[in-house]
Amino acid sequence: MEQPENACCGDTAQKPAAPCCCSGTPGPAPAIRTTTSAITGKDRWDHVLARWGVNRMGRIVPPGLYRLGSPDKDSPVFASANYTLSFDALRSALAGTDAWILVLDTKGINVWCAAGKGTFGTGELIRRIAVTGLSEVVAHRKIILPQLGAPGVSAQEVARYSGFSVEYGPVRARDLPVYLATHTATKEMRTVRFPLADRLVLAPMELVHTLLPMIAVAVVLYFLAGTVAGLAAIAAVLAGTVFFPALLPYIPTHDFSMKGFILGALVAIPFAAAFVRAPGLSGIAQVIAILVPFLLIPAVVAYLALNFTGSTTFTSRTGVKKEIFRYVPVMVLMAGAGTILGIALGILRFTGVA
Amino acid sequence: MFDHYAQNSLRYFPEKCINCRRCTQVCPHRVFAEGKDHADLVNPRACMECGACEKNCPVQAIEVQSGVGCAWAMIGAALRGKDMDTECSCGGPDGSCCGVEPEEEPCSCGADTKECDKK
Repeated sequence: MEQPENACCGDTAQKPAAPCCCSGTPGPAPAIRTTTSAITGKDRWDHVLARWGVNRMGRIVPPGLYRLGSPDKDSPVFASANYTLSFDALRSALAGTDAWILVLDTKGINVWCAAGKGTFGTGELIRRIAVTGLSEVVAHRKIILPQLGAPGVSAQEVARYSGFSVEYGPVRARDLPVYLATHTATKEMRTVRFPLADRLVLAPMELVHTLLPMIAVAVVLYFLAGTVAGLAAIAAVLAGTVFFPALLPYIPTHDFSMKGFILGALVAIPFAAAFVRAPGLSGIAQVIAILVPFLLIPAVVAYLALNFTGSTTFTSRTGVKKEIFRYVPVMVLMAGAGTILGIALGILRFTGVA
Repeated sequence: MFDHYAQNSLRYFPEKCINCRRCTQVCPHRVFAEGKDHADLVNPRACMECGACEKNCPVQAIEVQSGVGCAWAMIGAALRGKDMDTECSCGGPDGSCCGVEPEEEPCSCGADTKECDKK
C-alpha cells in the first residue's frame, strides 16, 4: 500500500489507529476563523490583479478551519486550497449555507494545480483534519472535496487514517448549491471544459510572461529593419498569447504546435506582402523577404502555442512530450533559417547588392 | 495526422474492478462510465493523465503515468538537463502552472522555472 505523501509522522502505515500528528498529542486546536460569502469590490479587484500576475504571493489564505454562516456539529465540511481565487469561489458559491471550510496549505496554489503536485493531497488533508481538531467540531465524518482535488487525494487512505469519508463534489464551486440538494453530480458537473471565457482569462498571464522579450525584439527589429519588422514581432507574440487561446478550438489539427504553425502562417501573410513591396529589391531578395516572415512568425507562434498546453484543461503528458520531440526541432530550424535569411537580406540591402 | 494525443498511458483492468464508481466521479473528462458489473472505459482518448482515477481506485484496477501535460515545464526541465518525466507538475485551468501559477516554492512552473527543482 502506498504511503500517503507527507503523511505527517511517516509511520502512520504501521500505526493507523494513532492520531496522525507528529506530536502525538495535538494540543489545543487552533482558533476557528470566520468568513462570509460576500465578495467585495476589493476582492474583485484582487482577482483581476491575480490574473495579471501582480503580487502573486499576496493571495494566500491562512490554512485552517473557517466558519461560514452559523454552522453546527451537523453542518457540512468543505475543503479548499489556500489561494484566494479558490477560496473565494467556494465561499461565494455557498452563500446562504451554514458550513465549515477546511483550508489546506497548498502554498497559495489553486486546487487542481496543487492536486497535481500533491500539496492538495492525502497527507495534507489528514494532517489538517488532525491539527484543526475537526473530529471534535463536527459530529459526522464526511468531508466534501472539489472534484479537481482528486489527483492529489486518495479517498480510501484519507478514510483509513482520519476516519473521514471523502465525497467529491462538482468540478465548479458554482454548481454546489444544486449539488447539495441531492449530493449527486450530473455528468455536466463532473466534466471540465475550456470555454472562451476560461481561455481568455489566461491570456494576460501568457502575455505578461512574454512582454519583455517581445519589446526587446521589437525595438531591435525596428532599428535594424524598420517599423513593419518591429510590428511583426509584436504581432507574433500577440498571436501566440492572446489570439491562440481565443481561437484554440477553431484552428485545425489537434497538435498545439501545428495549430500554432497555421495561425503563424496566417499572421505572416500581410508582413510578407509588406516586405516584398520594399522598393529596389532584386528577385532573389524578394524571395528572401517573403521567406523570412513565413519562417520566423510561425516558429514563434507555434512555440508559444505549445507552451499553452500546461494552461489547458485536457493535454496529457504523453501527448505533450511527443509534441515537444516532434515539433521543437522544426521550430528551431525554422527560426534559425529565418534569422540567417533575415541577416542575409539586411547585408544584401546594406551593401546595395539587392 | 498531426495528433499526438491519440495515445496515452492509461491502462484499465476491468476484471479487478469492484464497481465502486469512484473513477466516474473523479474523472474530469468522462473517460469512465458506470457499467453493470464494472466501470466501462468509454473514452480513453480523452484521458489527460491527471491520475485522479488511479489514486482513488481502491483495488488498483487503473494504472496511469500521471503527470501534467505542460510543455513549459518539460522544456524548461530538458534545457536544465533534468528529467522531463520527474520534473514538477503543474497545469490546469483557473491558473495553471504555465500560464497563471508561478510560485515561490521549489518545483514550480511558469515564471519561476529556474527554481523548478526535482520533486
